[in-house]
Amino acid sequence: MSFKDVLMPFTAWKYLVKEPVNIQKPDEVQGAPRYRGFHKNQVDVCIGCGTCEEICQNAAIDMMPVDGIETKDGDSGLRPLIDYGRCCWCALCVDICTTNSLTLSNSFKWNGTDGDDFRFIPGVDKKYWDDDNLGYVKADGLNLNPVERVEMGELHPVDRDKSFVEMITGYSKEQAQKEADRCVECGLCTATCPAHMGIPEYIKAVREDDMEEGLRILYETNPLPEICGRICTHKCETVCSINHKGDPLSIRWLKRYIADQVPADKYKEILGTDKIQGNGKKVAIIGAGPAGLSAAHYLALMGYSVKIYETLKGPGGMVRYGIPEYRMPYDQIDKDIDYILSLGVEVQYNTRVGEDIQLEDLEKDYDAVFSATGLHLGRSTGVSGADNERVYQSIELLRKVTDGEEIDVAEKIVVIGGGNVAMDITRTLARLQNQKYGKVNVLATCLESEEAMPADDEEVIEAREEKAVIDPGWGPQEIEIKDGKITGLHVTKCLAIFDEEGKFNPKFDTDQKKFFEADMIVESIGQGMDIKYTDKIKDKLEFGPRGRIAVGKNFQSKLPWFFVGGDIIEGPDVIHGIANGHKAAIGIDNFLKDK
Amino acid sequence: MFKFEEDRSKYPEKNPDGTNIMDLESGKYTKIWQGPIHPGMTGNMSLELIIQGDEVMDCKTHVGYLHRGFEKLMERRKFIQCFPICVRIAVPEPDFNEYCFAATIEELAGIQVPDAAEWMRTLLLEMSRLQSYLAWIGGQSSSFGMGLISQWTTWARDLVLDRFEEISGGRVYHMHMLPGGVRSLLPYGFEARMKDTLEKISQVMADVEKVMFNNSVFKTRAVGLGYIDPLWVEEYGITGPNARGAGIAKDVRKDYPYLKYADLDFEAAVGTDSDVFTRADVRRRDILTTIDLIGQIVEKVPKSGEFMAEVPNVLHWKIPKGQTYIRSECTRGEYGYYTVTDGSGYPRRINVRGPSYTHAIALMERMAINLNIADTAGVMSSLHTYPPEVER
Repeated sequence: MSFKDVLMPFTAWKYLVKEPVNIQKPDEVQGAPRYRGFHKNQVDVCIGCGTCEEICQNAAIDMMPVDGIETKDGDSGLRPLIDYGRCCWCALCVDICTTNSLTLSNSFKWNGTDGDDFRFIPGVDKKYWDDDNLGYVKADGLNLNPVERVEMGELHPVDRDKSFVEMITGYSKEQAQKEADRCVECGLCTATCPAHMGIPEYIKAVREDDMEEGLRILYETNPLPEICGRICTHKCETVCSINHKGDPLSIRWLKRYIADQVPADKYKEILGTDKIQGNGKKVAIIGAGPAGLSAAHYLALMGYSVKIYETLKGPGGMVRYGIPEYRMPYDQIDKDIDYILSLGVEVQYNTRVGEDIQLEDLEKDYDAVFSATGLHLGRSTGVSGADNERVYQSIELLRKVTDGEEIDVAEKIVVIGGGNVAMDITRTLARLQNQKYGKVNVLATCLESEEAMPADDEEVIEAREEKAVIDPGWGPQEIEIKDGKITGLHVTKCLAIFDEEGKFNPKFDTDQKKFFEADMIVESIGQGMDIKYTDKIKDKLEFGPRGRIAVGKNFQSKLPWFFVGGDIIEGPDVIHGIANGHKAAIGIDNFLKDK
Repeated sequence: MFKFEEDRSKYPEKNPDGTNIMDLESGKYTKIWQGPIHPGMTGNMSLELIIQGDEVMDCKTHVGYLHRGFEKLMERRKFIQCFPICVRIAVPEPDFNEYCFAATIEELAGIQVPDAAEWMRTLLLEMSRLQSYLAWIGGQSSSFGMGLISQWTTWARDLVLDRFEEISGGRVYHMHMLPGGVRSLLPYGFEARMKDTLEKISQVMADVEKVMFNNSVFKTRAVGLGYIDPLWVEEYGITGPNARGAGIAKDVRKDYPYLKYADLDFEAAVGTDSDVFTRADVRRRDILTTIDLIGQIVEKVPKSGEFMAEVPNVLHWKIPKGQTYIRSECTRGEYGYYTVTDGSGYPRRINVRGPSYTHAIALMERMAINLNIADTAGVMSSLHTYPPEVER
């Protein structure tokens, strides 16, 4: 120790003349631009998926209903309520938010006497920091859940343009598990799916590689998983919360993956349907389409003796006769249907109710009847020349292809229509042309513009890959016929399809015209229903808009024994049919239980 | 009149087996409790002291006042949910928990962290070291009655916290090192502000050196006080400045280089006298090293590029069965996480090896004997222990 050590500490006196470092006005202190302060939520962007609630390790977040926010497809109607007595400001909720609507402000000051005020719904309960521009937001490049979809393999256009082999190859186990991993289990898909399938649950089964559990979950709500796994309109994917940040989950392909993994002969054992106790009651079903088969499946499980009456040669309805084999292979349709039939469901083919057998007979012989006859009538454009023999309806051609009948495919074909069925027939005809002539010359046109075409984007892209020409935005005016033979289709530019009142009333620009050369024309502008078989009970039924039979809860018509569902009530699509069939089965059971 | 008895070697009297006889009823001994309210600004633990006069005859350390069961809590949390928990294990130095936790998860899950994230982590760890040391100076000086210095260093520490706030949005719990990388890179203009901060802290440190280390009062009390025998280093598992003050150059950054330490130029400070003063001086030199290191790192941190590896969906992240131990050098020594996974979505076991466990419980019990009661807080501070990390 030295004399220096005695004097040195006195240098501290210099701080007397230094400016103090105290914060004079703490109220004016602001957090840094990335400060993790109180939450902000854009309530109109938020979809209430609850992922923030899921990741919060402190259970500080509760999803709560909010006045003025309705539950709808893709929005649970709930918004996060945050308990700041529990929140630890870790901001994981911000990082995981599927819509990026949840952020943190850079405000941290709070004065209050009521502890309950410290729980509120950001964005709904107005706070002084709601307009703060600064605060923590998720940085670009930070992803706590992968947002890119695992690509589904498909045949190259060169390999598929002549063939009806299924073009989608399906996921491998590794791919399926990787895709299933992306799910945040928000359940918006379940709420939107017409059949309310347990989607997060079966995706979990894929993740855990438990195919048996996956199959059990599928069959709780959907007895046609192979079919739905291929051609469902997947409304679930449209509302998938990951859709807001990246690609939605491939829910449809994952469903197909589960069904593909389990061999048909294991179904009964896994699903526990080896022995079903009959209850002695009989139900007739009209139409072996998805709705009829779905109802038959659930009724059979409940012990009813079920018989289906089908007009065509085989079961499946529109799935078999309206969808080409390259999208929906017949052996996979059979896998689903054979299982349903193995439960004791009988089918009488080539029998049209109303002609070969009357509805009154069914009423007499059975305890209840479920009718799901579908939309099997084609609609015509009605333009001049549409009555020519070389003008076809897409439905009728697709049915012939399924039945293996020869089609006289022309060298130049025009398809009128822009929906998925129009794309189906376009691509089918392209394949047949390729087989017959070695080249493709098929053109599809429709009133709608490219953006407004009702067909799925992938259908349009794939059709073009297969060398079909899609030229949308034209209205057919006249089919030109010379010497009884079609030479082509005159079209004019379509400016608008609906008028100001929203009614179908297309407007054309007559200055812009085109002529599509063709030897054969196919109309594919929608389908209609044929319910003539109900003529005799018509007076006892009620009808809703567009001639549809009015049904109550569980698809029961005004006549208690007569249930109606499927495309003639809702849809048209497979999953609505399946959901209708399931509900109708419950309705029939309720109706017959007390009888 | 009271006469100070010079020779107290006959106390405490011994049993035939050599153990002390300290009969409180005899009136010769008094039992007092130091703590659990912050004995020398280290956190909530207590020393049960038996004293005779002002000399400590026996010491029993008590912990448990801060127990929150974090290790157990984490076994009931998804891996990502452990991330906000682990930082709370050592309040003044959360970043070493963040790093060790993230690194064990990354090793077990087989994730390669991007280069930029490694630089960011190195920067955050050094900044954390700096602010932790600055907090410690306050404790060490205050325990010897120099309250002024803690006011300077508290301000200096706040400057570092400002920089933390800029990077991560948090001042105390930064929560910036997610398993897989970091949450973001440096904000715009950070380098200049950091440089300014380092200059200010260097000035404060120069003043601290004059007022604390060239101070006859501090030297009189601290030199020769709280001796740690170099032989105890192995026996007790002493690490960090407590070991380096005893002349044993242990530094995980040098011995087992992690992150980017192999690319940085530095030497860990070593002392020889192993007393309170030497340990304080080792830490002071460590601060200067850290200031230099931060300057080096800031120049090298990438300004753009990937900072987060691709991780699976964290909501159901399952990590393959395995176990690993990751260590890092914190201000107090070796900080380590031993993580065991069983292939599920939850950690099977996470054990936190904080240096305070050995320093505060076992070592302090031994060092307290024969101390003057006025020096116990100073010795405790010189071990630089954090009870929260004892009671994880």
